[in-house]
Amino acid sequence: MSAPGHSSTRSSTDPADGAATYAAQVALHLTEDDVRRLDGGDGPAVGLAMRVVVRLAEALGAEELLDISAAHVDSCLYHGRAPLDFAERLAADGATVVVPTTLNVSSLDLLHPDLYRGDPEEGLLARRLMDAYVGMGCRPTWTCAPYQLEERPAFGEQIAWAESNAIAFANSVLGARTDRYGDFVDICAAVTGRAPAAGLHLDENRRATVLFRLGGLAPELYISSLLPHVLGTLIGAVVGNRVPVIDGLPDPPGEDWLKALGAAAASAGSVGMFHVVGATPEAPTLDAALGGHQPAEVVVVAPDDLRRTRDRLNTARLDGATGDALATVSLGTPHYSVAEFGWFVEALGGRRVHPEVDVYISTGRGVLSEVEERGWAEILRSAGVTIVTDTCTYVTPILADTTGPAMTDSAKWAYYAPGNLGVEVVLGSTSECAESAVAGRVVLDEAIWATGSHDG
Amino acid sequence: MAERPSLQVAGPPGGPVEGEVLHLDEPLSFWGGLDAATGEVIDRHHPQSGLSVAGRVLVMHSGRGSSSGSSVLLEAVRCGTAPAAIVMVEPDAIVALGAIVADELYGWPLPVVLVNEAELAKLRTGDQVRVEHDGSVRTINAVL
Repeated sequence: MSAPGHSSTRSSTDPADGAATYAAQVALHLTEDDVRRLDGGDGPAVGLAMRVVVRLAEALGAEELLDISAAHVDSCLYHGRAPLDFAERLAADGATVVVPTTLNVSSLDLLHPDLYRGDPEEGLLARRLMDAYVGMGCRPTWTCAPYQLEERPAFGEQIAWAESNAIAFANSVLGARTDRYGDFVDICAAVTGRAPAAGLHLDENRRATVLFRLGGLAPELYISSLLPHVLGTLIGAVVGNRVPVIDGLPDPPGEDWLKALGAAAASAGSVGMFHVVGATPEAPTLDAALGGHQPAEVVVVAPDDLRRTRDRLNTARLDGATGDALATVSLGTPHYSVAEFGWFVEALGGRRVHPEVDVYISTGRGVLSEVEERGWAEILRSAGVTIVTDTCTYVTPILADTTGPAMTDSAKWAYYAPGNLGVEVVLGSTSECAESAVAGRVVLDEAIWATGSHDG
Repeated sequence: MAERPSLQVAGPPGGPVEGEVLHLDEPLSFWGGLDAATGEVIDRHHPQSGLSVAGRVLVMHSGRGSSSGSSVLLEAVRCGTAPAAIVMVEPDAIVALGAIVADELYGWPLPVVLVNEAELAKLRTGDQVRVEHDGSVRTINAVL
């Protein structure tokens, strides 16, 4: 690999004085085992992985490292040669994971390889990346929703998860503890069993500082699958990386609702943890979520705020009166759960989707097995729906038609698909997506945005 | 918790990095927001969509979004389209990791430094600035 090109002005002098800067700023305490790993005593792969963990710890101002009991690796999605260089360097140096490690989505659907419409050469590189991580001992789970696997982290467990929606879910819904990790340190933590004691691993960073209250929403909006997506998007944009708490929902929401909220908030902001009073384990009460402090900011969310947030996510121009022809419906971002499949099957109600519309649902292999057993997979295929596994329709070329408008029930998909795929998007509820898929045009129920009598 | 470092990731040993500021009005997720092949901001919702970060001193309040941002930043370094330096208020693991691995893998130290809100506000797009090895940011030539 040649040296990277550059266009900035740099003066390079004595390389010897680089390390001193860290020591002057942060006192990172390393154990004897840490030092041995860092010095290459456990081999070159552990040495490289440990350098990445230690340098991240320094960058985050951590005082020590902590043991982790599980990891979820996001680095297996192909983004070019550079991340492949890193994975193959670790693998060639003999890296092996020392904790149970799951893998995020990749760029390919290994169960349905024909769905991949990308450059074949790039597909081979994507496969090499997947093979490198499996070779290091990671489980080929290929899902962005590892919390839908049978084994999942317990309350209070220290883990190193990457993938922004999974991070939000692990911290908020499971009560496990991971910082908002990016690629590379996920595998480095898995190989060393260590992570920086910083961020959301620590009690003091997990309490909420921004309070959201819902006001005047119509009952139809409370039960719409859209609410957590739109609310999450709004929250992410407001809080950045602060921890929000939502109070005043009429009923405690379930896991799929919380998953949608976290995925949307983590795409629109840097949310790694949220609380919902009465629903998430560290928020039995509002006071508990706030850690006994007053909130730094209180935000009251009205139906109009949510509608405007939804409108900003929609990039397709809708002309309503004459009907808007639809090319694609994409569901399953994050990967659909068994319950979400059930809702969509019910919403289709035995109808076939319109012949001009391609409908995709992305999910993990484990969920697909259960959906097959229940007979829903066959119902969906007969209705004209394509089920995608191991990957997702907005991270890799799968959509057959990117020229017409695409509809989704996911705010995360709506946020990223225009930039990634060049498609125009419309966000709708799961039932609006089903109605639209059958009709072949965008069908939205605007009545849900009216002001209701319930003020949460 | 130790006092947080002003320098998240060190730049080239001993040497400053110079470049022209691109001050983003909103945080950018590198994944889904940056085309590593060209250095262009591709997030259609971002106010600076279409501008290039290549060789610029990228100024933004904090990181945002996808974990894959680290990979995209590393790929941008390999492609020669990465920023010369990144300046933020909030420490961010995803941004730092791309820079750390760029150094470990390619020996290409991309400085990531933290400043306070007031210092961040002073850095305006078009300013020529120098990011010192200790993490301080000096303006060499301000735009009028």
